[in-house]
Amino acid sequence: MNTLNTTMSTSLPRATAKIVKYELRDVLRSRSLLAYTLFFLAVTDVLLRFGGGARAALSLMNVVLLLIPLVSIVFGTIYLYNAREFTELLLAQPVHRRQLFIGQYLGLALPLSAAFVVGLGIALSFHIGEDPEHLSTLLVVAASGLLLTCIFSAFAALIVARIDDKVKGIGVAIGLWLACTVVYDGLVMLGLMAFADYPLERAALGAMIANPIDLARVLILMRLDVSALMGYTGAVFEKFFGSAGGTALASLALVLWTGVPLLLGARRFQRKDF
Amino acid sequence: MIRISGLTKRFGALHVLRGLDLELGEGKVTAIVGPNGAGKTTLMKTVLGLTRSDGGEILIDGERVADDPRYRSNVGYMPQIARFPENLTAAELIAMMRDLRGNDAPVDGDLIERFKLSEHLRKPLRTLSGGTRQKVNAVLACLFRPSLLVLDEPTAGLDPVSSGILKDKIAEVRDSGRTVIVTSHVMSELDALADDIAFLVEGRVRYAGSVHDLKLATRQLSLERAIARVMVEDAVA
Repeated sequence: MNTLNTTMSTSLPRATAKIVKYELRDVLRSRSLLAYTLFFLAVTDVLLRFGGGARAALSLMNVVLLLIPLVSIVFGTIYLYNAREFTELLLAQPVHRRQLFIGQYLGLALPLSAAFVVGLGIALSFHIGEDPEHLSTLLVVAASGLLLTCIFSAFAALIVARIDDKVKGIGVAIGLWLACTVVYDGLVMLGLMAFADYPLERAALGAMIANPIDLARVLILMRLDVSALMGYTGAVFEKFFGSAGGTALASLALVLWTGVPLLLGARRFQRKDF
Repeated sequence: MIRISGLTKRFGALHVLRGLDLELGEGKVTAIVGPNGAGKTTLMKTVLGLTRSDGGEILIDGERVADDPRYRSNVGYMPQIARFPENLTAAELIAMMRDLRGNDAPVDGDLIERFKLSEHLRKPLRTLSGGTRQKVNAVLACLFRPSLLVLDEPTAGLDPVSSGILKDKIAEVRDSGRTVIVTSHVMSELDALADDIAFLVEGRVRYAGSVHDLKLATRQLSLERAIARVMVEDAVA
C-alpha cells in the first residue's frame, strides 16, 4: 500500500490536467458542440456578407450577448447533471475533489469557448481585409463572448454543485439567464425612470458593472461610437471606460463574475455528499 | 482490514447511520444487507469517501479515511449505474483511470478477455448496450488489483453467463486475500458469494458474522430465510 502511495503523490498535482484532457475529448466530439460552431460560422458569415460594418458588429453583439450565456449555462448544467454517476466514479479514484471540480469546469468552458472562437474565426477569415475599421470591434465582441462563456459555465458548475435535483437546477439556470438578460434591464430601466429627476449616471454605471451581460454590452458599444446616442450618460461611460482605471475595474468585474461562482461551487463540491 | 467505529450520518432530519460498528476481514466477501433506508448505500459511500460522516471513523489497513484521497488508489468501486462520458471509448476510459492513478503497473485486464470485450473497446460508450457498459464497469473496478473492492448490485443488468463470470472473479479476488464488500437485493446470489454478512437495521448493525453461523443460529437453510427469521424475531420483540 505504501509503495503505491508514494507513486501516487507525485502525479496528484497533474490530476486536473488529466481530467481536462479526457473531458475535452468527450465534449469536443459531441454533435451539439459542432452545431454550435457551425451556427456562429453561419451567423457571422451572413452578417458580414450582407451587412458589414457597424451594423454587422451590432447584430453579432446581440446574438453573442443573448445566446452565449444561454447555451453555456443550459448546456453546462445538463452536461454536468448527466455526468453525475461518472463524477461519483471519479471521486472514488485517488483525486482531490477540488481537482475534479476545476477539471470538469475547464472541460466544459474550454470546448464551448473553442467552438465559438472557431466558428467566428473561420467566418472572419473569409472577410478579412474587407472592413479593417471594424475588425477591432469584432475582436471585442469575440473577447466578450469568451468571457461570457467562462462566466456562465461557472454559474452552471455552481448550480450543479448546489442543487441535487436536475429539473430544479435546469430551471434555476434558465431563470438566471432570464434574470440577467431581460429582468435586470427592465428593473434598471424602471429605476432610472422613477428617479429620472436625479443625476443617475453613476448609478447607471454601477448597474451596468453589476451584470456581466450589460457590462459586455457597454464594452462593445463604447467601441462603436454610438455612445453619443446615450447623451450625457454616454459621455460619463466613455470617460469611465476610456480611462485605465475604468477598464481595469470592468475587467476585474468580469474576472470576479467567473471567480466568485467557481469559488462558491468548489466550496460546496468539497463538502457535498454524493 | 477495515474497521468502522461509531459511524454516524444525518441527512437533514433523517438519521441514516446511528453509531455503526463493523469489521471487515481480509480474504472475505462481506455482504451488506438490510431493508430499504437501513443505510447500506450511505455506509458504502462513506467508505469510498463520496459521503462524509458526521462522527465516528473508518480505518483501512490502520489508516484513517479522511480528506487525503490517496487511500483510494487501493480501492476499486463498481457503482450500480454504469454511466460514462458518451463520446469516449472504453479504451479511453481505461486509459483515463490509469492516468488518474498514475499507475504504470500492468493492469488486470482478465475480465476484458472473459467478457469478450475487446471488440467493443474502440466504440463510443453511448453505442454500447446497458449490459456491455456494466461489464466495462466491472472491468474498471478490478483493473488495479485493489485491496478493497466495493460492488453495488454488481450483477444487475448482466446476463446469466456474464453474471457467472463476475462472481467467479469476485471469488478469485477474495481467494487472493483481498477484501470485498457487496450489496445486492438477490439473497440467493449473496448466499453463494458471501462469507460474512452485515445486516443493517435503521443505521446500526443488527447482525455481523459469518453467513454459516447466521444460518445455524436461525436454523435455516438459506440466507434469505435466515434474514427473514431475524426480522420476524425483531418484529415480535
